[in-house]
Amino acid sequence: MNPRKFLNPWVLFGAAALLTAGVLDNDYYLTLINFIGIHALLVVGLNLLMGYGGQISLGHAAFFGLGSYTSGILTATYGVNPWLALLAGLVVCGVTAFLIGVPALKLRGYYLAMATLGFGIIVYIFFTEAHKLTGGPSGLAGIPSLSIGGFKLDTPKRLYLLIWPVLGVILALSANLVDSRTGRALRALHEGETAAQSLGVNTAKLKLLIFIWSALYASLAGSLYAHTLNFIAPSSFGFMFSIKLVTMVVLGGMASIWGSLLGAAVLTVLPEILTMFHDYEVIIFGAILMVVMIFLPRGLVRGLKDLWEFRRYKKEGGIIG
Amino acid sequence: MELAPLLQYLISGLTNGAIYALIALGFVIIYHATTIINFAQGEMVMLGALSAISIYHLYPSLPLAFLGGVALVTLVGIVFERLALRPVRDPNPITLIIITVGGAVFIKGVAMLLWGKEAYSLPSFSGDAPFHLGTATILPQNLWVLGLTAVVLLGMEAFFRLTLVGKAMRACAYNPRAARLVGISLGRMVQLSFALSAALGAGAGILIAPLTLGVYDMGTMLGLKGFCAAILGGLGSSFGGVLGGLILGVAESLATGLISSGYRDAVAFFILLLVLFIRPQGLIRGGS
Repeated sequence: MNPRKFLNPWVLFGAAALLTAGVLDNDYYLTLINFIGIHALLVVGLNLLMGYGGQISLGHAAFFGLGSYTSGILTATYGVNPWLALLAGLVVCGVTAFLIGVPALKLRGYYLAMATLGFGIIVYIFFTEAHKLTGGPSGLAGIPSLSIGGFKLDTPKRLYLLIWPVLGVILALSANLVDSRTGRALRALHEGETAAQSLGVNTAKLKLLIFIWSALYASLAGSLYAHTLNFIAPSSFGFMFSIKLVTMVVLGGMASIWGSLLGAAVLTVLPEILTMFHDYEVIIFGAILMVVMIFLPRGLVRGLKDLWEFRRYKKEGGIIG
Repeated sequence: MELAPLLQYLISGLTNGAIYALIALGFVIIYHATTIINFAQGEMVMLGALSAISIYHLYPSLPLAFLGGVALVTLVGIVFERLALRPVRDPNPITLIIITVGGAVFIKGVAMLLWGKEAYSLPSFSGDAPFHLGTATILPQNLWVLGLTAVVLLGMEAFFRLTLVGKAMRACAYNPRAARLVGISLGRMVQLSFALSAALGAGAGILIAPLTLGVYDMGTMLGLKGFCAAILGGLGSSFGGVLGGLILGVAESLATGLISSGYRDAVAFFILLLVLFIRPQGLIRGGS
């Protein structure tokens, strides 16, 4: 890959992140930016599955919730070290994704969507009904903050210094994965499962791998979320949140790492600036999903770029074939 | 185990099951014509219930409310297909899933604006005086649901087997290209399938409204359970869908009564996962 092309977005990302850390000292904005970071972690994972793997999960909020609740329950109820709890969350999500994934990924298209959707709803019902473990619908309070060697990460600024470097690492890891041999195999899988198989790609194993991988991202995001908010409730992990995540992926553009960041940022910030957004939230998400998929199936960034190039091409008198 | 509560569970299970069966049939019809799973199907159920209730408040006549609700939602189904699905240039499953899910969420949001978050009631079709079968209580509405469902299902079967249009729709499901060659308009059939399944969904919603009230968010769960029923029966067969619906309704009702009501909604999805993992072709193998 051309080093200049590779460098630019990363340098920009690092500079913007550093600048934010240095200049911004407003708790509200920092909290918002932290949530963008957490959402971006989820969306990058889901995008690997949807955009590169060509599979869809309509229950991704369940993995987010499992990570969150594992961290929350272990630290708040049993006093386990938060970092160990985070690891435990990863194990729980990884094993669950494996158990769901082995049978579900044999299914294609609609069946996988339905299986993940059903799984998501069962997990949500479990969070609501298992009162003793999860605190039921009123939620689980008293989750301690994370700390590194006595340095407590309990203010938005300090959390920012954890979440965004983590996001940076995850983004780099994902970009690397996409450009690796596995990534090329994934894209082959997206283009056509049979064709990929005929090229020697073990599609079943690959789909399972990417499914587990995206569940692990969701678990990490969930643990960070639990320790950021110090309180979790089932309503954050319902079907609607899974749909929100899919909307973020679709808006940013499938198979685009930076698009994921954009999608997460836009749909996290928008509800905050538009006060009327809350009443119309559901309608807006629905409309975004339909309009983007019909008119800009490659997402906002590449879709608008395509449209612009198309117009310029037409102006210059090119023939559209 | 006493027999009395079991009978009661069976009756309420069959009633819900009949509703699931109607919704499942809606899924099957669209799937047949287009191989699309229309995730917005549940919202048609909700729209049917709420618009019938609104019509009833304007002009208190139940038959008018029923027919008006069904007609209105049929129109919504046709418009939805025309605006959201026909313009899609690259109809792969993932795109279509996202669009119909988006449509479902959109319709639900609009319903919330129009009707608010309150629950509305619709009077029963013929009074609320229960009668007794042994120790179990049966409401007249239970019988209406079961009876009308049976009539509708028989009607659909006759339509697909005996009428020219019905046969044309089956031909499209069997082999779209060959159907086109003998002069069947595929686009028209797709539109018809959306209209029919919207009408079925609306009918299901209006039938269940006197028993459960009508709320803007009732559709999601009903739609998903209808889909579970369709999968359970094997997506390709309408008889399978009906069987799946009844099994699901009874299983759910028994689980609610015998285990815990909190996990009621989990039962359907647990069955769905089991079926998908063990026998993805459903109880009855699909095919026209």
